Parts: sequence; structure tokens; C-alpha cells
Amino acid sequence: MRYSYFPGCTLYTKAKKLDDAGRECSLKLGFELDELPDWTCCGATFPLVNDQHMLMSGPTRILADTKDRGDDKLVALCSVCYNVLKRTNHVMLNDEERRAKITDFIERDYHGEVEVLHYLQVLRDEIGFDALKEKVVKPLEGLKVACYYGCLLLRPVKEIGLDRMENPTIFEDFIRALGAEPVDFPFKIECCGAFQTVNSMATATRCSREILSNAVQNGADLVITTCPLCQFNLDDRQPEILKEDPAFTTIPVFYFTQLLAVALGLDSGNLGFERNFINPLELLQEKGLV
Amino acid sequence: MKTIISGDQIKSDFINRVSEISGENFFNCYQCGNCSAGCPSVDEMDLLPSQVVRYLQLGLAEEVKNCKSMWVCAACTMCHARCPKGVDISKIMEALRVLRLREVNAQPRVDLTDFSQDYLERAPQIAIISGCRKFLPL
Amino acid sequence: MAEIAELKSVNEQGEVVTCACAMGDLSDFESVPVDRRVLVIGGGITGITAAIDLGNAGYKVVMVERLPSVGGRMLQLSETFPTLDCAQCTLTPRTVESGQHPNVTLKTSCEVEGLEGEPGNFKFLIRQKPTYVDWNKCTGCGTCVEKCPSKGFALFERDAGRMPAIYTLSPQAVPNKPQIDPDRCRFLTRGKCGVCSKVCPVGAIDYEQQESFFTIEAGAVIVATGFDIYDWKKLMPEYGGGRIPDVIDGLTMERYLSASGPTAGKMVRPSDGKTPKEVVFIQCVASRNPEFHKSYCSRLCCMYTAKHARLYKHKVHDGQAYIFYIDIRSTGKGYEQFIQQSVSEEGIVYIRGRAAKLYQKDDKVMVQGADTLTGKKIEIAADLVVLAAAIVPNEGSEKLARILGIECNKDGFFVEENYKFAPVMSGRQGVYLAGCCQGAKDIADSAAQGSAAASRVQVFLSSYRNRMNREAV
Repeated sequence: MRYSYFPGCTLYTKAKKLDDAGRECSLKLGFELDELPDWTCCGATFPLVNDQHMLMSGPTRILADTKDRGDDKLVALCSVCYNVLKRTNHVMLNDEERRAKITDFIERDYHGEVEVLHYLQVLRDEIGFDALKEKVVKPLEGLKVACYYGCLLLRPVKEIGLDRMENPTIFEDFIRALGAEPVDFPFKIECCGAFQTVNSMATATRCSREILSNAVQNGADLVITTCPLCQFNLDDRQPEILKEDPAFTTIPVFYFTQLLAVALGLDSGNLGFERNFINPLELLQEKGLV
Repeated sequence: MKTIISGDQIKSDFINRVSEISGENFFNCYQCGNCSAGCPSVDEMDLLPSQVVRYLQLGLAEEVKNCKSMWVCAACTMCHARCPKGVDISKIMEALRVLRLREVNAQPRVDLTDFSQDYLERAPQIAIISGCRKFLPL
Repeated sequence: MAEIAELKSVNEQGEVVTCACAMGDLSDFESVPVDRRVLVIGGGITGITAAIDLGNAGYKVVMVERLPSVGGRMLQLSETFPTLDCAQCTLTPRTVESGQHPNVTLKTSCEVEGLEGEPGNFKFLIRQKPTYVDWNKCTGCGTCVEKCPSKGFALFERDAGRMPAIYTLSPQAVPNKPQIDPDRCRFLTRGKCGVCSKVCPVGAIDYEQQESFFTIEAGAVIVATGFDIYDWKKLMPEYGGGRIPDVIDGLTMERYLSASGPTAGKMVRPSDGKTPKEVVFIQCVASRNPEFHKSYCSRLCCMYTAKHARLYKHKVHDGQAYIFYIDIRSTGKGYEQFIQQSVSEEGIVYIRGRAAKLYQKDDKVMVQGADTLTGKKIEIAADLVVLAAAIVPNEGSEKLARILGIECNKDGFFVEENYKFAPVMSGRQGVYLAGCCQGAKDIADSAAQGSAAASRVQVFLSSYRNRMNREAV
């Protein structure tokens, strides 16, 4: 199986580990992520007002490039890119007026033909979690995982449609396939503060603290995420949270593809855990997984 | 303190414009407060999300224009995801932000020079880009 | 005049054969012409009211009830607003009257499966579900119920307690004969046990009993199939989706508060049996929510929530009750005064707003809410949360509508011919609606509709008779 792949800016730099592990695992699992040539930034925000068409020209071009390459599916790994591409495609499919404005402006012929998939969706719907389980060489036994979805992977449900909004299970099903145990984690769909990290950092700190505390209270050893912005807030805010509350229990936060790589027996040395504030290596070593 | 309201105010250009570019009818809201109950940014807000809608219903443009809430909304869309009437407050907040940022003398809401080099090295691009798009004049 | 006298004599005869009626013998019912017979579907307070009215007017009535005894939802209730009368005490005289009424025959554990004929001359196909107890032999001594070793979850007790697999719905059940739940009975599921059969002094237990069918011919039918509670456990994960034990619904709360409930009226919480000290009530759960759940107001919740909070305070004096509300709808007689008293004298704190999310934290249920009056996001660490979940039609209403040739709206409530002037008419002649199957309503309104439907039936059947008589001439 081969899919067009859109890594996005952050996966080329700050979230390289998300990308590296994702690609490495895909090969092991028998699908190819064929990177879109000459891609541009998705814009990192989907415009929430209906007169900002310019912000949709970038993602529309990405979608049109996929179509022109002869592909009808485009895979993203980053929740932000996934959300922006998926919501843009929703407009392309359902809003004739806005579609005409945008496609006329970028001089492309595009009507929403491409299906935007998240990597997790490929694992669930195309590979299958049962088949994934078969490929696991190092079951993550004894590892208690808080599966953090955040906002952009799920909402708005009518446009994204990956899973239910309130109690999604795709992430937990994935984790079970790897042999780990997902913990009951009520804050799994709460917001980490997102881009407020550059404006109202207190929001990001407080939100992260609530999410992480909830994960710890429910017995998690670690938190996994699909989103570089979530990973950043949840990991990077921890020193600040510790300052506010010395009793706070720190917890490693890393990408789901990193954990997937561990379970598939891939070289964890390449996974770049050292970039994390809370380095998960110790935990994984303790559990005998690396 | 008494506040005078009038039909003219309720139908004022600013209020209509917020409704128009957000695509939301404020009068769908019956003020149940579910959005506020689930909003992650309330601690930093001066008006609850439901109050922002209430002010718009009453045509209190100045109060809304100057509220802090729109600037600390993280557009997480939890409000919309649970609204019993399908009102998307994230769109209303964005409409308020962009109308402020489109004003002639609009000032940037964030200054990237405030951030340490160290922070900028750690922060992912998506944080910086989306932050710039939400907080810099258009 | 002659007709009335004739009916009277039947009436008197009927009283002699009361027991036969209660056991479901149809010979008395069939002793009058079909245009003097009425079927009532549903043995709740609405159906009972209609059946007694019709019986008193001289009509012969069969009341079919899906459960093993009549009484309906009221059987589950503790006390009723706005007077705080004991529900059982006000209901029991009526269930007993319906059971003993010479003109009313009860057919319990029965459901309507088919309809032929036309208004004035209907023929209903009824399915009699097996009770696994021969009610002609059973004396209602209750030994089997006492000795049954298989206690488990039962819909009737909701989350408040367990019930034996052989049971009656109340100590004053009418008929007061037990039935076996085939899904929970060890003998019927695994072929082992047989305790009830061993202890029954009259050999009434019959594990071999099969379902059977019979027909009822009647001139008209009243549909009073009542309501259920919205399936919030399945459909509202934001409130824990049934995974938080100390989040219950209003009907479960009724069972806790009821003196004849599983805790004998002791206020405890499901998880650990402790007395809850901080109790949060949430109104408009799934109601008034066109986007995801039900668009309508369920009408009862404002009142019963205030009642729950008051009854809770009467049992736990040092407890604190909070009620999340959006609007208070207290339009019945004496209702507003009841609410006012709850607020000012009972120490209940009303919080104007909804709760968005509930989650478990240690042994507390965390409530994320808002108070729109102060403009604050509110968090309460509750010991117990009670959801006033939407009123929905009972299961099977769509199927019954198809059988009867009447209409359901998108929420499954039966559609009346004219809401203002013909609220109990179904749009099909000879078929009448009453109570919550037509839309959420309280006991007072349900009983009023029961009487209204009984009156409409009489108008219809007498004009039908007159027409037939004229045609015969």
C-alpha cells in the first residue's frame, strides 16, 4: 500500500521523532508514505471566519497536488495538519461558493476528491489493529498509557469524523494492539492550551497541569499524543508546573509513533527521546522495553 | 450601573458583522452555560463564553470589543462540540479577534521578541505560526 | 334505560366473579357486545384511571400490561409533588380497584401484537409472555421470592438495588403473584437451582411454560404505554456513560428514596453504600438539546428534582444539595410555591447553568459546571450526582403505532389529532391516546388524559351504536 504523505513543517524539525518513527514503522507494517513533492505549510490554523479565504489556499494547493499526482488519499501525522487539511477539504466538498473563490484564486481544479487520513486511521482501517498486533515483536506489557487526543484530532466531529468526541477509543485500541494497557483518562479530550502557549502561557500551563495530573491520578506511566503542539505544551510546561506545585508528579509525554517503534522492535536510539523534558528512556528501560 | 439597550444597538453594524463572518446566529443560544462549564480558558477570561454571546444578543458592542476572553480562547471547540443548539463560539471568538485585528490602528497582541531564543528553539513551528495568525494584525 | 339496568346486573354479577377477572378470565368481558368493550394498553396510572372510569360507566375493559403487575412508573416512585404524598399510598387504592373492579380484567405480562377489524369492532392479537408461575395455583405467599438465591440487576430497581429472579414489583402488587425473569433465573439459564419450585407449597412453579396468544375483541382502544428515561448511559459519555457508579438518574433516585425500595428509603450511594453529603442534581439532561439529544422540555424534571433535593434533605439533614437548572418550569397548581419553598426553606442551592462534564476523582464525582448568574465556572466534588434525564416513550412505541395504524413523531411519541382540542384522539377513529406516550406530562395531567380518553371512548362507542342501530332499522 502506498499513500501520499504530508509531513508538515514541524515534523521536519521540532517533531522529527514523530515523523522518523512514523516512516520507519510504516515500512515495517507494509505501507509506504510517499512524501508529496514541494509541499508548503498547511497554515497551522483553519480559518474560523468565513471571509478568510486566503488561509485556505495553502491547504487546498496541498490537496490539489495530491489529486494531480493521481492519489485519492493523503496521510498526515500531525494533528494540526490533519485538522487543517480535513476541514479545508470539507469546505471544498460542501461549500460551492467558497470552493470557487479559492480554486479560482490558486488556479487549480479541485472539488474535494482527496480523502485526508490520519496515520492512526490507516492503522485502524487499512492495516487493522489485529494485523498490527501480529507485527508486534516487543509487546508493551505492564505499560500504563494515557492516550491523549486533544482537540484537533477529533473536533469538529461532523467535519473530522475520526472517532466519537466524548469517549473516543481509536487510540486505546491502538495501544492495546501494542500490548500496553490504556488507563481510564477523563481528560483525554481536554485542550492543552494550544497556541495560547505564545500568548497566554498561564492557560497552557494550567491546562497541561490538569491533563497531566488526571493522567497520573489514573495510574498512567506515560502520556502519548499525535500532536507536536500538545506534546510541546504537555512536556515543556512541566518545569513551570513543578515550580507552582513541587508535589506535582512529572510524567513523560511522547509521540504514539515512538511507542509504536518500540513495540515493533525498531532502533529506539533513533527516536530522539533526549529532546523531551521528561525523558521516557528511564521508564522504558525500567519496564525492560529498550 | 445602568446599561441602556436599544433595537439600533442590537442591529448595529458591528454586531451584524460578527454574526456575518462567524456565520453564527447569536439568538440560537438560550444561555444554558454548557460552553462556559467546559471551557478550558475560563480562568483567564473576563467574560464567560456564554456571556460573550449574551452581550452580543444585547448589542453591547463596546464591552465585547474590549473583552479579554476572545484573546485567551484556544479555539479548542469544546464549546461547539457540546452546545445543545450547535452554536460555534470558537467562530464568534475568531470573528471578534479578526475584527479587532483588522482595525486601522490594530496593535499586535503578541511580540515574538519577548520570547527567549531558548523558547523559540523549543517551541514547534505550529505554535508560532498559529499564534501569529491569531494575534497579529491582518 | 333498559340498557343501564342490564349493565347494572352484570355489574353485580361481576363482583361475584372478581377473582376470575383478576386472573384474566375473559368470559365476563365477552359477555357484553363488542361495542361495550374497551381495550386499554398500559397499566400505569393513566391506563388505570381510564379503565376505572370506563368500568364505572358500565363498559367492560381489558387492561393489558407488559409487566407482571399494574401501577406503571408510579410503582417506582417515592413521594409525589407538590404535596409529597407517598406514591404507593395514593397508587395502591387505584391498582387494587382496577384489580377488583367487576368490569375490569387485567392481563399482565401481555403485549399487543396485531390488530384487525375496524373502529367499533377491533380484534387484537395479544401475546401472553410466560411467567413460569401458574397463577391459578399460586397463592401469593411470597416464599419463592424470599428464598430465590439469584439476586441481580433488575430494570425496576435501576441502580439502587438487586432483585431476586422470581419477583413481584411491589409488596402490594396487583396481581400479587410473582413471575420469573428468564434472563436471570439459574434454572432457566443453566438448568440448575430449582429452589422456587422446591419451596412452593402449591407446586405453582412451571419452568415449561411457553408464550401463548389469544385475541380480544373490543370496540375501542386507549393507548397509555407511558415513558422511559433517555438512555444516558449509552448516549452521554460526558456524564460518564454509566461508568461512574455514583452518577444515577432520577428514577434510580426514586428507588433510593422510596420506603418500599431496596434500601427501604435509606439514602446511600451505589459505590460504597455511604451517605452522600454533597449531592448535585442536574436538570435538562438530554432535554432541550436539539443538536445531540432531544429538542423538547421533559416537563417533569424541574418539579421532581426539587422534590428529590427536598426528600434528600429530609433524610440527610447536614447534607448539601445543589441543582443545576436553566429555567424553572413550575406551571402546575401549587408547583411554583413548592419550588419557592425548596429554595428558601430547604437550603437547596440552585445554580443557573448546565454541567458540561462529570468525572471520577478518587471517591468523588467531579462536576464541571457554570453559574451564569455570577459568571463563574463552577466545580463541585460531589458524593452523588442525580441526572434528570429526558423523558422518552417506552420501548416499542413505533411498533405499536404500526400495529394500531397511528402515527409517531420523530421522538417516538404518538401524535394526537389536535393538540388543543383533541389531545387524546389519535387521528384514527376508535384509537385514543393518554399520558406520557403522547408527550411528557406529570401524574395530574396523565390522569386527566386517562379520564379524557375514557370519555372520548364513550362518545365514540355510543355514537357508533346509534349509527349501527339506525342502519339496522
